[in-house]
Amino acid sequence: MGVLKRLHDLPAWARWPLYALLGILLLTIVQSISGTERLTQVSTSREMLRWAVPIFLAGLGGLFSERAGVVNIGLEGMLILGMWFGAWGSIEYGPWWGLVIGMIGGGLGGLLHAIATVSFQVDHIISGVAINILAPAITRYLSDEIWASPTTSPRTTSVGDWDVPFLAGGTIFGWESPDVLLDIGKAEWWYVSDVANLARGLLRGTHWVAIAALVLVPVTTWIIWRTRFGLRLRIAGENPAAGEAQGINIARYKYVAVTISGALAGLGGAFISTELSGLFQGGNSAGRGFIGLAALIFGNWRPGGVLAGALLFGYVFGLDLKDLDGTASHALLLVNTIVFGAVLVWAISKRRLTDAVLAGVLGSGAFIWWLSVDSVPSWWSNILPFVLVLLVLLFFSQRLRMPAKLGEPYRKGS
Amino acid sequence: MRRLLFSASAPVGAFILTLIISSITLWAFGSNPFSAYGDMLDHAAKLETQVDILNRATPLYLSAVAAAIGFRMNLFNIGVEGQYLFAFLIAAQVGSLVSLPGILHIPLIMVTAMAVGAAYAGIAGVLRVTRGVNEVISTIMLNAIAISGFIAWLQRRWQADQEQFTSTTLGTVPIEESGLFPDINGLLEIFTREIGQGKELTGLLLVAVAVGFAYHFLLNHMRFGFDLRASGLNPFAARAGGIPPKRMIVAAMCLSGAVAGLIGMVELAEGAKFPPDPIKGLGFAGIAVALLGRNNPFAMVLSALLFAFLDVSAGILQNTQAATKEIVNIMQGIVLLAAVIAYGVSRRVQDREEARLTAEALQHDDKNDKNGKIEATT
Repeated sequence: MGVLKRLHDLPAWARWPLYALLGILLLTIVQSISGTERLTQVSTSREMLRWAVPIFLAGLGGLFSERAGVVNIGLEGMLILGMWFGAWGSIEYGPWWGLVIGMIGGGLGGLLHAIATVSFQVDHIISGVAINILAPAITRYLSDEIWASPTTSPRTTSVGDWDVPFLAGGTIFGWESPDVLLDIGKAEWWYVSDVANLARGLLRGTHWVAIAALVLVPVTTWIIWRTRFGLRLRIAGENPAAGEAQGINIARYKYVAVTISGALAGLGGAFISTELSGLFQGGNSAGRGFIGLAALIFGNWRPGGVLAGALLFGYVFGLDLKDLDGTASHALLLVNTIVFGAVLVWAISKRRLTDAVLAGVLGSGAFIWWLSVDSVPSWWSNILPFVLVLLVLLFFSQRLRMPAKLGEPYRKGS
Repeated sequence: MRRLLFSASAPVGAFILTLIISSITLWAFGSNPFSAYGDMLDHAAKLETQVDILNRATPLYLSAVAAAIGFRMNLFNIGVEGQYLFAFLIAAQVGSLVSLPGILHIPLIMVTAMAVGAAYAGIAGVLRVTRGVNEVISTIMLNAIAISGFIAWLQRRWQADQEQFTSTTLGTVPIEESGLFPDINGLLEIFTREIGQGKELTGLLLVAVAVGFAYHFLLNHMRFGFDLRASGLNPFAARAGGIPPKRMIVAAMCLSGAVAGLIGMVELAEGAKFPPDPIKGLGFAGIAVALLGRNNPFAMVLSALLFAFLDVSAGILQNTQAATKEIVNIMQGIVLLAAVIAYGVSRRVQDREEARLTAEALQHDDKNDKNGKIEATT
């Protein structure tokens, strides 16, 4: 336990990579027991990133909104708006404008949510449900009017991607640099090659939007915790009455926060349509707005945590795409078992009996399942992220700290 | 009378606003809104269309009641979607496994559906009371787990023809005739002419009516309903009054899920099986209907009929080319958003009105008191 404590005291920039390395070590060990190689392939981490970016952007959008005290389950609708407007903008004005217009489309959804919840004090959940109903209807109508098909658009253009030089063989001014990670990956050194493979999937063919999304983690942290704007935004979510007493226009901060929230979800949607699928397709959001909400809770309303949640969920979804015979998902069951084991140890050390019993039962269930079958059907990995969120809430809901006045309708002077 | 006018003004205002916005939308894209509305109304005047509307309104109303039971207790059961699809699938499979006389077969299927819905919704209730997990989040997660997990898995497994494993066009094994809820064309034809075009009015309309009355009596005339509303209005006061809050939460979730279980029965009575692509979205639409009807059992009938009318009108708009058919979904979304905003505004106006009347009354009392004092001293 002492080692864990020391890990916890490290600064964030050192801590998170260490957690990631430990996670990969776990995967390597499981892989050597269960005899699959997919857990640490290059394509696995590439798919992970492709899934994680929209989830992360939606979750980060949720962070802005919820830090200002407004629950946003309309993220899914705003993401869908972003998908449509992103595709439309990309077709009409080119890829970069597509992203901008996608953000505007999602931002309009956010603005609508702000009007309803802040100006008219509509319950946040109700307004979110209404936006989730309205957004797909709008996109279907517009698609049918403009592209003569309610669910599909023509091909869009992408802003493209980038190979990192030296590490993943990117080119500098026409000169092809060495692909170091490829060489390490091919060398098949235990653990080291696995790390290299996973890193290469992130660094080769990296979408510009993905890079921008990663930059948003420190930027958001800085905005929310180091600027006056961020402080006031948090006041709107933690103690609006006190903020008002200081002369802060709480309603304005809530408006700005919820609109940013929609714009970020919209960017996630535009990423799906222009960069991933190359066209707008109804239903292509695949619930990623809701999963973003899940990542927000999983990440305890912090940017780094949201990214970790998005990458974790993206890993599970991405793994499934390349896992046609279900052996990699099967290996994940062993990972689950080990994680439950860790929770069990934690619960015993904290003398939390119910948690220990729950973890024990769930862990042995996963272990027995792992022993009794050779492959796991794909529905299991489809639901694993949602199960994970339920489990996190089940075990750690007391440790999660959401903004104090989250979801409470705010009226000036009360 | 004044109060009635007042409470009607919000939904009527929302409806007018919806008409204005959708007319502008239609007009902006070069359609004539009036000919579109005209086509919709003409279509709805036909008996066959009315049967369609009632068939659509029935599951919508059931879904609305399911949502409303939660709302009355400040519980957001976002999970009606997952609950009804899951209940539908299990009930279809159970119904296909047995052959019984109709009098046993139909209740067996319906009780199964209600039990599955109640159990699945109950998970969220239990998580809430034992571990403090917010039911909005847990039901969103449980929706995804039911739809892309359990249903995707069991749908494969219970495919009618196991040989064609790759095909997903089959659905479950059809239920025998005895298990199908009969249509009530005969009942309707007493009042009107014969229903043509092979349309069948679903018998579950009667079930929905019964559920509506049960909801009304439960909430307004029974101890349990009082406890439910009291817990929703003020959980602390309710607890002080001896109402067990935890038990009420689980009970309300289970009840909501049980009603949700009935939603799929309409489609089951029509198609005799869980189809490969069942009607989705009824759970979320039900939330909209409940909000529009303000959880009132009678107002929800009207809003279910409105939503069903709009759904059914999509077909005729496509036929006559008067407008793009998706406009009806936009109208549903706008009317919902406009209505919840209008209710918020009207509540505020009402509060202000009451405050003003109270202040006036107090002032009046004050004056009387002073007059009284003056009289007494002189």
